[in-house]
Amino acid sequence: MEVAKELLAGNRLALSRAITAIENEYEEATDIMKELYPHTGHAYVLGITGPPGAGKSTLTEKIAKAYREQGKTVGIIAVDPTSPFTGGAILGDRIRMNSLTLDEGVFIRSMGTRGSLGGLSHKTADAVKALDAFGKDIIIVETVGVGQSEVDIVKAADTTIVVLIPGMGDDIQAIKAGILEIGDLFTVNKSDLDGADKLVREINMMLDLDSLMTDWRPPISKVIASQGEGIDLLLADVGKHRQYIEGNGELARRRTKRAKDELLDILGAGIERRIKTHISDRLNGYVEQMKKHETDPYTLVNGILAEMLK
Amino acid sequence: MEKKIRVLVAKPGLDGHDRGAKVIARALRDAGFEVIYTGLRQTPEQIAEAALQEDVNVVAMSILSGAHPHLFPKVVNLLHEKGMKDVLIIGGGVIPEADIPALKEAGIAAVFTPGTNTSDVVDFIKNNVKM
Repeated sequence: MEVAKELLAGNRLALSRAITAIENEYEEATDIMKELYPHTGHAYVLGITGPPGAGKSTLTEKIAKAYREQGKTVGIIAVDPTSPFTGGAILGDRIRMNSLTLDEGVFIRSMGTRGSLGGLSHKTADAVKALDAFGKDIIIVETVGVGQSEVDIVKAADTTIVVLIPGMGDDIQAIKAGILEIGDLFTVNKSDLDGADKLVREINMMLDLDSLMTDWRPPISKVIASQGEGIDLLLADVGKHRQYIEGNGELARRRTKRAKDELLDILGAGIERRIKTHISDRLNGYVEQMKKHETDPYTLVNGILAEMLK
Repeated sequence: MEKKIRVLVAKPGLDGHDRGAKVIARALRDAGFEVIYTGLRQTPEQIAEAALQEDVNVVAMSILSGAHPHLFPKVVNLLHEKGMKDVLIIGGGVIPEADIPALKEAGIAAVFTPGTNTSDVVDFIKNNVKM
């Protein structure tokens, strides 16, 4: 596969083309992934999530810059929502990252969710692998602006940062389920605004109530991303978390789980495709039988599965 | 997954008028395209590099300052240097009729001036994009 070879040789256009093939599910995408897979697993993946307008893109830019100053190369996947009505999307995260565009050690790719509801796109994980195989040291995955339940990022990232801003609700919001459960780190952005200290207290209170208490208590930092304030401390916390999960085997466990989920996902999608192709001629007939109430979908499914999984 | 047309909408140069670019970005989104919007004051180098990283099919630029004879062709050249030879490059903004032939000669596939219907831009892209 030419694209994969050129990507591995450091060709940026090939990297870009590979991500397109992955995203559009071109036939060659499978071959590209096969060739890239042995070269993955070296990058550290940082997830950044939080509500719309929390400053995720701005923070991503500042974090990327800080890693560049340490001499590390950075890949960024920035996800924005696809319209469920037209399929179109405005991918606007790059606006906050213009200062990184001409740094050859950084590669930024915007992705639309394309129907995925977990805060990422279905192909984000494979795009991360492409950046990993390309040789990026740190890969930052920025989710769409999330509400309370888009938690796919934990499956993709080694360390997840939840970005919050003051003024978004009372302390009950902080004990609800969802994104507040997934932070390995919390950061309060726009911390020069009123209510920042109150928010820190509320997150602390939520963490105090955590009945599953592990040795790792997510640190809470305060930043002003637009000014670059607090980024050093945030990065130090990321470093501590990395050390912690590398040391106690948690990183290995997370990656094992990720590999297992990935295998089952691909297997499931493959089986679904095979079955759909297999019954495509008969599908309308089945639907007709159901409409006339001659049979029910459960009987049909049992029949099809028995026939295919002999 | 069907192929999606990806468009970079950018404003090269120093004028701060992005209303037109935003109207176009929104119209292209509503046409089902993925629009990567990079905002104001982009250098030709930034535009070409962003187009490469995003692997876009179309680069759409808007200028209202009069710098188009210099900046548009520069972006075309940089894109070609980077191996992005199939990209459809279009321009818009306050651009005198007299300048348009030279811009087309330089590789700008179409130039859309004030009063253009957004559906004309959408149709042009659909009819001319190479996927």
